[in-house]
Amino acid sequence: MKKKVLTVDDSRTIRNMLLVTLNNAGFETIQAEDGIEGLEVLENANPDVIVTDINMPRLDGFGFIEGVRRNEKYRAIPILVLTTESDAEKKNRARQAGATGWIVKPFDPTKLIDAIERVTA
Amino acid sequence: MDMNEIKEIFFQECEEQLAELESGLLKLNDGDRDPETVNAVFRAVHSIKGGAGAFGLDDLVSFAHVFETTLDCVRSNKLEPTQDVLKVMLKSADVLADLTNAARDGGSVDEARSRTLIRELEALANGEVPAAAEAPASKPAVAAPKAAAPAPVVEKPAVNDEGFQPIPFSFGDFDEEPADRYVPTCQILFRPKKDLYAKGNEAALLLRDLSRLGEMSIYCDMDSLPPLDKMNPEEAYFSWKISVTTDKGEDGVRTVFEFAEWDCDLDIRTIEEEVVGEAANEEELPMQPVPFDLSILDEGGSTGSDEEPAVIESDAAAAVAAAETVSKVAQVASRAAENAKAAASAASAAQANQAAAAGQTIRVDLDRVDRLINLVGELVINQAMLSQSVVENDTNGTSSINMGLEELQQLTREIQDSVMAIRAQPVKPVFQRMARTVREIADITGKSVRLITEGENTEVDKTVIDKLAEPLTHMIRNAVDHGLEMPEKREALGKNPEGTVRLTAKHRSGRIVIELADDGAGINREKVRQKAIDNDLIAADANLSDEEIDNLIFHAGFSTADKVSDLSGRGVGMDVVKRSIQALGGRISISSKPGQGSVFTMSLPLTLAVLDGMVVTVAGQTLVVPLTAIVETLQPEASAIHSFGASQRLISIRNSFCPLVDVGRILNFRNTQANPMDGVALLVESEGGGQRALMVDAIQGQRQVVIKSLEANYTHVPGIAAATILGDGRVALILDVDAVVAASRGQSLRQDISLAATG
Repeated sequence: MKKKVLTVDDSRTIRNMLLVTLNNAGFETIQAEDGIEGLEVLENANPDVIVTDINMPRLDGFGFIEGVRRNEKYRAIPILVLTTESDAEKKNRARQAGATGWIVKPFDPTKLIDAIERVTA
Repeated sequence: MDMNEIKEIFFQECEEQLAELESGLLKLNDGDRDPETVNAVFRAVHSIKGGAGAFGLDDLVSFAHVFETTLDCVRSNKLEPTQDVLKVMLKSADVLADLTNAARDGGSVDEARSRTLIRELEALANGEVPAAAEAPASKPAVAAPKAAAPAPVVEKPAVNDEGFQPIPFSFGDFDEEPADRYVPTCQILFRPKKDLYAKGNEAALLLRDLSRLGEMSIYCDMDSLPPLDKMNPEEAYFSWKISVTTDKGEDGVRTVFEFAEWDCDLDIRTIEEEVVGEAANEEELPMQPVPFDLSILDEGGSTGSDEEPAVIESDAAAAVAAAETVSKVAQVASRAAENAKAAASAASAAQANQAAAAGQTIRVDLDRVDRLINLVGELVINQAMLSQSVVENDTNGTSSINMGLEELQQLTREIQDSVMAIRAQPVKPVFQRMARTVREIADITGKSVRLITEGENTEVDKTVIDKLAEPLTHMIRNAVDHGLEMPEKREALGKNPEGTVRLTAKHRSGRIVIELADDGAGINREKVRQKAIDNDLIAADANLSDEEIDNLIFHAGFSTADKVSDLSGRGVGMDVVKRSIQALGGRISISSKPGQGSVFTMSLPLTLAVLDGMVVTVAGQTLVVPLTAIVETLQPEASAIHSFGASQRLISIRNSFCPLVDVGRILNFRNTQANPMDGVALLVESEGGGQRALMVDAIQGQRQVVIKSLEANYTHVPGIAAATILGDGRVALILDVDAVVAASRGQSLRQDISLAATG
C-alpha cells in the first residue's frame, strides 16, 4: 500500500517540488496551503505522515502542529517540519509544539525521503 | 511536471511575492503597524529565499537572507520601521526583484548596489543608524557606512538570535570515513520518555534504523512495566540496551536519534571491536538477544499507536476544552481584527475583502481565455447574422423563433460579459511598478517624492493593463523630472519640500480614467511657446489659448527640458505617450496651473474586444458610434438650427447652443453639407467635456459589436477608431468621436482622409 503524505506549505514552488519528489518516490501526496487548510484537509485525509512549513499565513507551522496534536485521531502521527531555519530555537519551538522531526531546506529528494522513511513504518 | 516547470512556477510566485513585499513595505511606510503586514513582508522574502535555495540560486539566497534577517528584527520589534529604515528596505526590494529577474532571464545586476544594500541591511540588523539618513541618496556608493563590516554576506551572518547558518545534513556524510579502520561497537542505553511517543516518534522505528547501521543486538528492559490494571497506555515503560557494530561510529548512532534525543535518556559509548566480547561479558546484565522481527514494521499500520485506542476520557475532555479555548481566543482575535478593519478606510476594507477572496482563484493560461474571448466574439457576430436573416425571412414576425432569438441574444450578452470579466484585472500591479519608478527617479534627481495611488483595485482588461505600463512610466518620469521642483526651491516657494505625485484610477461612464497629478511647477507656457516657435511648430505671432499651449507638449520631438536627461528620454516625449494611449483607443489630455502642478488625464476603454454601439448611416455608409459617447439623440427642427460664421451651424438644445458637426462632411463622405432636417443629431460628449451634435443620416439601431482593429489589418485612419463585422457580414467602421469633434474645431483630419471613405 502506498504511504500517504500530507504536505502543508504556502509556497507554490515548494508544494510542487514536494509533490514531484514524493510522487516519484511512490508516495501518495495531498497538499494544503496553510495551517488552517492543513487542519481541514487532514480531517478526512488519513495520511501516514505530515510534512509542514513553519512560516505560513493564517496559521503557521507551530499552530498547525499543535492543532494536529490536539486532534484525537491524529495526535500520534509523525510530523516533519520543513524549514530553512536550522538553528536550535526554531527546532525547539517546533519540537515543543509536537513535531517529530525536521528537514532543512533546501531539501534534496534523498534527504526528504530519508526523513520520511525514518519516522514511518 | 519537471523541474523546469517548477522553476517557472517559482518565478511566477516570486513576482507575486515581490508585489506583496512592496505593497507591504509601502503600507509600513504609511505608518501601518499591523504585525500581519510585517509578517506578510517577512514571508514574501522568506518564500523567495526558500525557493531560490531549492534551485541553487545563491546570489538570490544570500541577498534574501540578509534582507530576511533585518526584517526579522522588525518583526520581533528590535528594529523600528522608520522612514529611513523603509527607504533601505524598499531599495532592497528593488534589488531583490532585479536579482530574481537576473536569475530568470540571465544578465547581471548592479553588484555595487546590492553590496551596499547588504551592508546597510546588516547595519540595521545590528542596530545601527540607517546610512541613508546621513548621506545623500543620490550617491548610494558613498552612503555605505564605514562602520559596517565589509565581510561577504554568507560568511558574516548578522548578529541576532535567529542568525541563519545553514547546516545542511546528509545521511551520506559518514560514508566518507575510511572503512578500513577499526569498526567500533556502540553500546547504547535508550530510555524513551512519554513525550517521545506523543510527538509521533516510535521506539521500534529507531531500533529499525539502528539495525540498518550494522550488526546489532538488543536487550529490552521491561522491569518497570506495571500490571495491566495499573498501566497508563500513554506512558513509556520500556528501555533498551543495544549494542551495534557499525562503521558509522557514534555520530551515526546519534544521527538515528536526532529527532528523539530530547525525549529520551540516551547514553552512547563506543568500544573498540577487540574488546567487544569482554565488554559484553563484563556487563552486569547479560546481553540477551531478543528476537526482533523487523518485518512487522514493514507491514504498514501504526505500530506505536496500537496501545492508544484506550484513551483516557479526561484527556479527551481536556483536549476539547483546550480546543474551545483556542477557538474562543481566535474569535476574540478576529473580532479585534474586524474592529481594526472597520476603522480603516473603505479602500483598504475592499482590499481586505479581496485578500479574503484571494484563496478561491484558479490560474488559467492566458491563451485559453483569449481563445474563449475570440470564440465569444464570433458567437456574437454569428448571433447577429442569424437574427438578421430570421428577420428578413420571417414574414409574420411573431414566430417562436423570434422569441428564442431574443433569449439567445440575452445569453450571448451574458456570456460575453462574463468572459470579459475573466480578463479584467485590477490596475494594482502597474501602479505598484510605478512606485519603484518614482523611487528611482527621485534618487537620481535628488528630489523628494511621495507617490499616492488611489483606486488600485479598479479593474480593466488585461491587454489594457499590459500596455499601460510603458506610457505611464514615461509620464511619471516626466512628472518627477520636469514637473516637480527641487526640494530647496519648493521650500522657498512655501511648498512641502516633498513633492507629491498622485496616481488615480476610476471608472467613468464605461471607461477607465487614469489621472496623474503632480504638485510641481506646472507647465511653463512661455517656455513651451518659445520652444514651439523655435521648432517651427507654430508661427511666432500665433494666438494660442493656454489649453492649446499646454497641448503642444504632445507634439513629436517636443521636450522642454533644457538638457536632455537620461530619465525623460531623448525627445521621445509625450507624443509617444499620446500615441500609445491612442493605440489603446484612449485619449489623453492635460490641464496645468502655473505653480500648482499639472494633471494628465487618460481615458481608456475597459476592453479592447467589444463595444456597445449605435449603428448609423452616413452618406450611404454604415458607421458605428460608441454608445458611451452618446448623451442623447434628437431630430433637429428647422427652428433650432442657426447658422454661424461662414459654414458653421449651431443647434439649440434646451436653451443652449451646441455646434452641429456633419460627420459625412468631416470624413469626406460628401462634399456639401447635408440638410440637418433630413437626418438625426447625436449629442456626444468628448473628453474635453464639450458637447457636440453629430449629424448622421439615419439610425439603424443599437448593437454590441466586436472590435476588429484597423491598424492590425490595414492602417490607422483618422476619424475612425476601428472596424467591425455586422450581422449581414458587411464591415462597418467605428467612429472615433473625439477625433471627429477635434476635426470640427477646425483642425482637419490630416493624412489620407479620402481613404477613410473607401476603407
